Amino acid sequence: MDFLSDKAIARLREAEAPPDFSATRYTLREFLARGGMGSVYRAQDQTLDRRVAIKILDAADPDGALAEGLHKEARVLAQLEHPGIVPVHDSGTLPDGRVFYVMKFVEGAHLDRFLAGVFSLPERLRLFLRICDTVSFAHSRGILHRDLKPANIMVGAFGEVLVMDWGLAKILAPAYVRSFAAPVVTAPSLPSLKESTTPGTVATQDGIALGTPGFMSPEQAAGGSASVDQRSDIFSLGKLLEVMAKPAAHRNATRIPKALESICNKAAAVEHKDRYEKVSQLAEDVSRFLDGASVSAHRENLWERALRFYQRYQAAILLIVMYLLMRTLFAIYSRR
Amino acid sequence: MTSNESLVAGAGNFPPTHWSVVVAARSSDSGERTRALDVLFAAYWKPIYKYIRLKFSKPPEEAQDLTQGFFVELLERDLLSRFEPVKSRLRTYIRLCADSFVLNEIKHAGRQKRGGDAVHLALDFSAAEGELHAQCIDPASIPSNEKFEEFFEKEWIRSLFAAALRKFREFSPPAGKMSALALFEAYDLAEDDPPSYARLAETHDLSVSDVTNQLAWARREFRRLAKEELRSMCSTDEEFARESRILFGGNA
Repeated sequence: MDFLSDKAIARLREAEAPPDFSATRYTLREFLARGGMGSVYRAQDQTLDRRVAIKILDAADPDGALAEGLHKEARVLAQLEHPGIVPVHDSGTLPDGRVFYVMKFVEGAHLDRFLAGVFSLPERLRLFLRICDTVSFAHSRGILHRDLKPANIMVGAFGEVLVMDWGLAKILAPAYVRSFAAPVVTAPSLPSLKESTTPGTVATQDGIALGTPGFMSPEQAAGGSASVDQRSDIFSLGKLLEVMAKPAAHRNATRIPKALESICNKAAAVEHKDRYEKVSQLAEDVSRFLDGASVSAHRENLWERALRFYQRYQAAILLIVMYLLMRTLFAIYSRR
Repeated sequence: MTSNESLVAGAGNFPPTHWSVVVAARSSDSGERTRALDVLFAAYWKPIYKYIRLKFSKPPEEAQDLTQGFFVELLERDLLSRFEPVKSRLRTYIRLCADSFVLNEIKHAGRQKRGGDAVHLALDFSAAEGELHAQCIDPASIPSNEKFEEFFEKEWIRSLFAAALRKFREFSPPAGKMSALALFEAYDLAEDDPPSYARLAETHDLSVSDVTNQLAWARREFRRLAKEELRSMCSTDEEFARESRILFGGNA
């Protein structure tokens, strides 16, 4: 085989040059995924004899911006101790200058793949609430994710929901900046943590679009990093909710209920001010929808209210109707 | 390589030899100059031939004569000595020289029919022609000069990788890596979509980890050899670093 096809050439240009971890306690096992600036490998921690995942830059970064970005990502993750965020175990730099960090190896599926097998809307919404819980926690620590999308959500083998890839995260709360600052690198401002993450992500410097088309908020798309706040993540959550309410695999399913559609629309409103202010408010509306209660995002007409009332108390209403029907029939029968 | 072995052995990113075709072509040593031109012909004749065939819509025989003629001119007029690395890349310079040569030949058609007393280089044009047919390229589909530049660039990469592949095939059996070579050919060199690692493991009676590790070794070695080829085409470390980034992107 002397002639190399275009596809083979593309593959050879893309092929990874695996990093050399021989000087560390980790042994690389398998290439897992590649983003815009780094790759993720499955590895074995020889000291603790456990599987881990290692994220590492594809090349040494003499300018230091990408390396500092990856270090910061690791520090952000290390600060965010939450069941919905993958824990970081270690970080370092290889002799060839490539920066890496080590995290828990998560076995599971990306959200879009997982959703293909979940047909129950309440089940999908409960999954969404757990994502909201994680994002809300990050917001409470002054951190925005800025790249929420199905590819960045993992559902573990035991049903755990993990929000991954905090590489585009933005630190809002100055109180936390101190703990993230590298000991030797001064960081006068803390823009995005890195320039690019998963494929599909629009990667950038400050002032340019940053996020993933289809999920990033209009203010992110416009590159206005100053106007990006927690409502930008809420926009992405709204888009995520749309996907989860009616995944591509379930296109034949019935349409999204109006109240849920209104929740999606409010969360993903074009205007910043029209969205939920906090993730907890969005989660509250979704919970209320799940409970059959009215939601703040949707003003019901009389018919909708009656229908919701009926759906919520269906069993009791049917019992009462049956009871009344039987009483009526009994009365008619007695008169005869 | 067992699944317990590390994925990597720690090869450096830069090829050890820093011999440069551009520097050697200017050498006062005639042996060194000949070697430089041999390397240059090997890397460029196919891209030049295909480029002339498509861009100037020349039939095979005429394109063969023009390709031969171009390299003879490159040699006779010592065109490489005029190349200035700070101003352009070597392959851009060679492509522009080829453009100028062919246009000049068209202008003075019949001045001297190539193939008469001209020096003939032993080039396998039928292989190049076969590749063109295999690619099914319609010249009308690449109408602009930019597209022809892209085409030339792509063919140059194909030629560079083919040279690295030849070396890799020579290198693998003595290194006891026949299995890695077979996996590399089945996966990375697959014409279309490659088989899954699991499928490869089944076919070669290996674990998936072994497939991953052996492919990692093969890719690293292939990349090292491709970089050696590339390095020989660059005159400075800076140029090499730049070209390496273009060739391998973030993986360079």
